[in-house]
Amino acid sequence: MHPLRRKRLILILLVIIGVGAAVALALSALQQNINLFYTPSQIVAGEVPGDARIRAGGMVVEGSLTRAKDSLDVHFDVTDGTHVVTIAYSGILPDLFREGQGIVALGRLDAEGVLQADEVLAKHDEEYMPPEVAKAMNDAKAKKAADGAPASNY
Amino acid sequence: MSWTFFHKLGSPKWFYEISGKLLPWLALASVLLLAIGVVWGLFYAPEDYQQGNSFRIIYIHVPAAILAQSCYMMLAVAGIVGLVWRMKLADVALQCAAPIGAWMTFVALITGSIWGKPTWGTYWEWDARLTSMLILLFLYFGIIALRMAISNRDTAAKATAVMAIVGVVNIPIIKYSVDWWNTLHQPATFTMTEKPAMPPEMWLPLLVMVIAFYGLFALNLLLRMRLEVLRREYKARWVREILEKSS
Repeated sequence: MHPLRRKRLILILLVIIGVGAAVALALSALQQNINLFYTPSQIVAGEVPGDARIRAGGMVVEGSLTRAKDSLDVHFDVTDGTHVVTIAYSGILPDLFREGQGIVALGRLDAEGVLQADEVLAKHDEEYMPPEVAKAMNDAKAKKAADGAPASNY
Repeated sequence: MSWTFFHKLGSPKWFYEISGKLLPWLALASVLLLAIGVVWGLFYAPEDYQQGNSFRIIYIHVPAAILAQSCYMMLAVAGIVGLVWRMKLADVALQCAAPIGAWMTFVALITGSIWGKPTWGTYWEWDARLTSMLILLFLYFGIIALRMAISNRDTAAKATAVMAIVGVVNIPIIKYSVDWWNTLHQPATFTMTEKPAMPPEMWLPLLVMVIAFYGLFALNLLLRMRLEVLRREYKARWVREILEKSS
């Protein structure tokens, strides 16, 4: 390669590396600001600002959803596998909201550590399958559980 | 290694002849693939167990998003080739591809937003994937605006090349945003190492659509580049001959 061209190429690569390093440092410094939500572990550990509106995200615990009989009030627990946070919400939940599904809720923590949410978003996972396959998998899981084998969970 | 092939690529006349021969085949193949992919994806692929039919927007959203990022990487490569080897065609490619990339990014953002409302419950959320994709759109806008703001062609070529190269750091951020941070957007369904979290009857039409989008992108790019080459080389004798023949 022509020495002048090599020099230009090296210069360009150095610029890319430099800009990349600068962006990487900035992003790692902003780590928590870029995260869309706090996990239940972070909330339980008290890493969350007390008087600010925050987002909490996690899996809805199976069997934790309770609805009020005379209003749209619901509350449910979300977990990241280690800790659990209770979320209270009043309104219509998104179509994809169900137990075992990931969600993100926006609201304030009250004195009891319950998140009083005013917005609940469903998080979609990367799994896609036809309804028949999903049904077959559920049936197999139910059968396995009935047989007394340890059912796999999240 | 012989560099003759590489230097030949830089000749506008050679490019015009070769691309002219390639065009009909490319057009036929990509239109055919697009028709197959659309019919297969929208009518024959099974619906999703949770999202029902709304998941079918994936057949536009994912190819557009892939193209938006591939196109930007192409801009950066064209920028490097233009700056290092001073190849004029690289600048032509960069200027002609930027608007196509911007449209692809726009389509990916809009289709994602339409899908987000029924699925997530919101049109827009400032999560890392969505925001970095919006930044990609602004990078495209920046390149287009920079080109228009500088009247001297060589200066504009250098400036846009530098911008395209610097902006390429955004591409890995888009790709890995869903792994590095908590985001509303789900992680990748397709990875190099694991088998896809989607059955073949769903991802095969998607693959067809992705290839069709690449074909349409190449077709559109070649058509734009041919026009731009004629515009830039209008003083050359071979351009005069072509224009006389066609008129």
